[in-house]
Amino acid sequence: MRKVLLLGLVILTGITFVGRLFYLQLYQGQPNNLEDDNAIRKIYQYPKRGYIYDRNGKLLVANQPTYDVVVIPREVEALDTLLFCSLLNIDKTQFLKSYNRAKRYSPRLPSVFLSHLSKEDYAFLSEKLRKFKGFYVQKRAVRDYQTEIGANVLGYIAEVNPDNLSEDGYYKLGDLIGKQGVEKSYENVLRGEKGVKYIQKDIYNRDIGSYKNGQFDTLPIPGKNITLTIDATLQEYGEKLMQNKMGGIVAIDPSSGELLSIVSAPSYNPALLVGRERSKNYTKLYTDSIYRPLFDKALIRMHAAGSPFKTLVALAALQENAISTKETIYCTESYVYGKNKRTMGCHCGRGYRNLYSAISKSCNSYFATAFRKTIDKHENATIGMNIWSNHIKSFGLGNFLGNDLSVGKKGNIPDGAYYDAWYPDFRWGATTILSNAIGQGEILVTPIQLANMTAAIANRGFYYTPHIIKAIENESIDEKFTIKKETTIDPAHFDPIIEGMHGVYTNGTAGFLKVPGIQICGKTGTAENFTKIDGIKTQLTDHSIFVAFAPKDDPKIAIAVLVENGYYGARWAGRIASLMIEKYLKGEVSLKYMEQLVLNKSLEEEYLKPYSGKPFKINQ
Amino acid sequence: MNLNRANSFQLDWLVVLIYLALVMFGYFNIVSAATDGAFSSYFDLSAPYGKQTVFIGLSLISIVLILSIDAKFYERFASIIYLLSLAALAGLFLFGKKVNGALSWYEIGGATLQPSEFAKFATALAVAKYVSDLQTNIKNSKDQLQAVLIVAVPAILILLQNDAGSTLVFAGLIFVFYREGIPQKYILFGTTVLVIAVATLKFSALIVTSVLAACLLIYQLLLKRKKKKISGPLLVLILCSGLSFGTEWSFDNVLQKHQQDRIELWLRLEKDPEKLRIMRRNISYNLNESEKAIRSGGFTGKGFKEGTRTKGKFVPEQHTDYIFSTVAEEWGFLGSSTVVILFVVLIGRILFLAERHKSQFSRAYGYGVASIIFVHFLINIGMVMGLVPTIGIPLPFFSYGGSGLLAFTILIFIFLKLDANRLNVW
Repeated sequence: MRKVLLLGLVILTGITFVGRLFYLQLYQGQPNNLEDDNAIRKIYQYPKRGYIYDRNGKLLVANQPTYDVVVIPREVEALDTLLFCSLLNIDKTQFLKSYNRAKRYSPRLPSVFLSHLSKEDYAFLSEKLRKFKGFYVQKRAVRDYQTEIGANVLGYIAEVNPDNLSEDGYYKLGDLIGKQGVEKSYENVLRGEKGVKYIQKDIYNRDIGSYKNGQFDTLPIPGKNITLTIDATLQEYGEKLMQNKMGGIVAIDPSSGELLSIVSAPSYNPALLVGRERSKNYTKLYTDSIYRPLFDKALIRMHAAGSPFKTLVALAALQENAISTKETIYCTESYVYGKNKRTMGCHCGRGYRNLYSAISKSCNSYFATAFRKTIDKHENATIGMNIWSNHIKSFGLGNFLGNDLSVGKKGNIPDGAYYDAWYPDFRWGATTILSNAIGQGEILVTPIQLANMTAAIANRGFYYTPHIIKAIENESIDEKFTIKKETTIDPAHFDPIIEGMHGVYTNGTAGFLKVPGIQICGKTGTAENFTKIDGIKTQLTDHSIFVAFAPKDDPKIAIAVLVENGYYGARWAGRIASLMIEKYLKGEVSLKYMEQLVLNKSLEEEYLKPYSGKPFKINQ
Repeated sequence: MNLNRANSFQLDWLVVLIYLALVMFGYFNIVSAATDGAFSSYFDLSAPYGKQTVFIGLSLISIVLILSIDAKFYERFASIIYLLSLAALAGLFLFGKKVNGALSWYEIGGATLQPSEFAKFATALAVAKYVSDLQTNIKNSKDQLQAVLIVAVPAILILLQNDAGSTLVFAGLIFVFYREGIPQKYILFGTTVLVIAVATLKFSALIVTSVLAACLLIYQLLLKRKKKKISGPLLVLILCSGLSFGTEWSFDNVLQKHQQDRIELWLRLEKDPEKLRIMRRNISYNLNESEKAIRSGGFTGKGFKEGTRTKGKFVPEQHTDYIFSTVAEEWGFLGSSTVVILFVVLIGRILFLAERHKSQFSRAYGYGVASIIFVHFLINIGMVMGLVPTIGIPLPFFSYGGSGLLAFTILIFIFLKLDANRLNVW
């Protein structure tokens, strides 16, 4: 014992130390990670963010410098506060607030005192800055909008939030990141790669030279410019037409899937989200709960498809051989069905209807029959519904389109399982779910899905995934946008449908929307619109919906318009669609009277009705 | 037995090699830790590493001197060396220079000398001499008292100069006495006192006393002793609770604030995470930074002169007491655990050599050398890694400082000289 006590203690100590070293260095240790090493100062050099152009090469978004006043509190000496405040255009309370905040953060480190100084303010200040010890000016680049349109398309950039930071190690606190629109979906292309310099610093936070002679330092790689498929002129026109209304317009070039315009109304000037007033403006936009300008109505406003959906019901019925183009039914302005003699109203005017006139007059009874026949062909409704649902979904409905936009919604196209869950043991049939035949019921779509569906009809059976990117500097766009997506419908079945849609313009529900010299095919839609007021389901004025494409034989544009609470389809949505088509195809508008009518119409009153607290009338 | 071999000069090369390895490795770490701005030259006398070059040179010269002096000299002159060192310590009160609050230095023409470093080997020699004296019987309590005095006088002088760390080193000499035969119960008693004191600080005197009372009660019941003998355990209980409450009282009233804080951190007494964070930042700032540096070393380390935390001077006192954090940062787990293993082998080898000796003086001195190095090793590296409360004490051969390096060199090489002559009959 006497001989081994000390030896034992020495060995025990040795083992404990090696164990502790193991714990500290191998278990807890993160060796040589420059990014996390706070003995190394990382100085980032930000690259130029890529510019954004429209399809015709018009510059939409560029960059501008902005100046932040930065303060290092412990370097500050007694100063002429009055002069300083007047130079920066702030008052003394704000001065103290910012100064104390900086001091609380760290007396030794620079923190932003006042951000986004204008060029003029900066010019004034820079002359006098040497008088104010401890204050510096830091240059940053922000977006410079060359246009007042397309806020929802272009999106905006803002400082990263904690989620962005944890998702992607590239970003550091205070970095800017695309938050919406193409700024978000093409963030990786636009941002470039920032350069970094590693500087060894000491305990007092002083720089004591570059780390390993700068062998790990990198230079910034500028962001790439991108060209959008958006036609700025058309986009601007669409936004103008939608003024004082709520809703969305999506226009697609069917031959390529390029999105010509995505209008969400009401919109806002994208420049509002840049500069010193940014957060004030953002709050204002964000808190507008009636118009919700930040909510892209063209991409994520889900609504009942309404009558444009009848074209797909007809196509599915033709494909399944449930109807033929020659069959005729007699419409009595109401369709009676089921054991309980339920009725579905129809506004087509009494008479014989074949496929052509059913589409042009939008006859509910005809499509109710066609839908029932399609479903009832099969041994049970589940199978029939699944087959029907597959046809409909092949037009890009009921699922994400897989496009390159920052937001989107699936919408809803029910299938057999969907109703089996509602009504077990097959206690449902075609008549139970008949409202689907006219685009009501469980059918939910977004304007961009409607536009895409119209493009697929215009192409007679295929579409390209709608996309907003036309070109990226020195890089090709995603291959998936050049791959044709076929629908499940035989191309031969499209001709009668297209004839019917042409009939809508020549002698149907949109007869007064003709555009001289252009053969347009369209389909009106009126979707019922419900909301909840104090928990009670209340009906509001119908949504006005319209889809169209033109020219009939060589389609250049397919368009869907949603005007919320706009009443019947041809009323506002139809007018806007015709004007947009003329504007795009001819470059100017001849229907001046119609244009004035649309521009002067405000639906504000409609939108305020549910908030008035008083009883109101709808569909006036 | 071969007489030639017996008379020959037999240096233990293993100890020499480890010594050289530690000194050289330590030197490079000082170069790293003490480089402020640009590195000038290994012989730049204005920089710590330049001075250390000189100290290493002096140490090598002292090795030659020590080995050339007759081995008997050290035993004969042990008392005189001891008395000289006491005089040097006492002289500090008159001529000493205060650095960092400790009155431990002489200043002679720009160079400084720390006599407490030399007092270590002097005391080890004196202790060895005393226990090996034919008239000393270490089992005799009067002799024990004298032995304690030999250790206590320099220890108290150093304590009075406000260098608590160095004082602790002398306590390590208990291992010498234990090896040479003081009763087992002293060690047992010391261990008990230590355990009760630490347990009291961690759990409070009331809890410790209650637990002890419960244990003694169970012991009493299980052994079914005669009832008369209850007074013995009762006495133990009273003494222990006295010690326990005494510890608590002296923690509050005797210890200085910074010492209290260090113990609180060591035993993790502060439960409020916010307060703990502030304490860690303010009080154990050094430890915090040193642990960060150690962690950042990883497996292989950042390389010589590439430690970012060392370069940025994030760990205060890094080239002196916290030099091990430089080792760990720049040489990683590989380097730092090698150093730990080298120390263990060095001390183990010295103990082995000491046991081999026939001469009681040499054996006792060997144990003294081993204990002194062990206490430094234990406290310094333990402190740098947060296992031991912060006590300022250098790491032998590594920490910057001429007196320390020279004193440790003398300490070891006197032993090697004794060892080389172990077969000579005196």
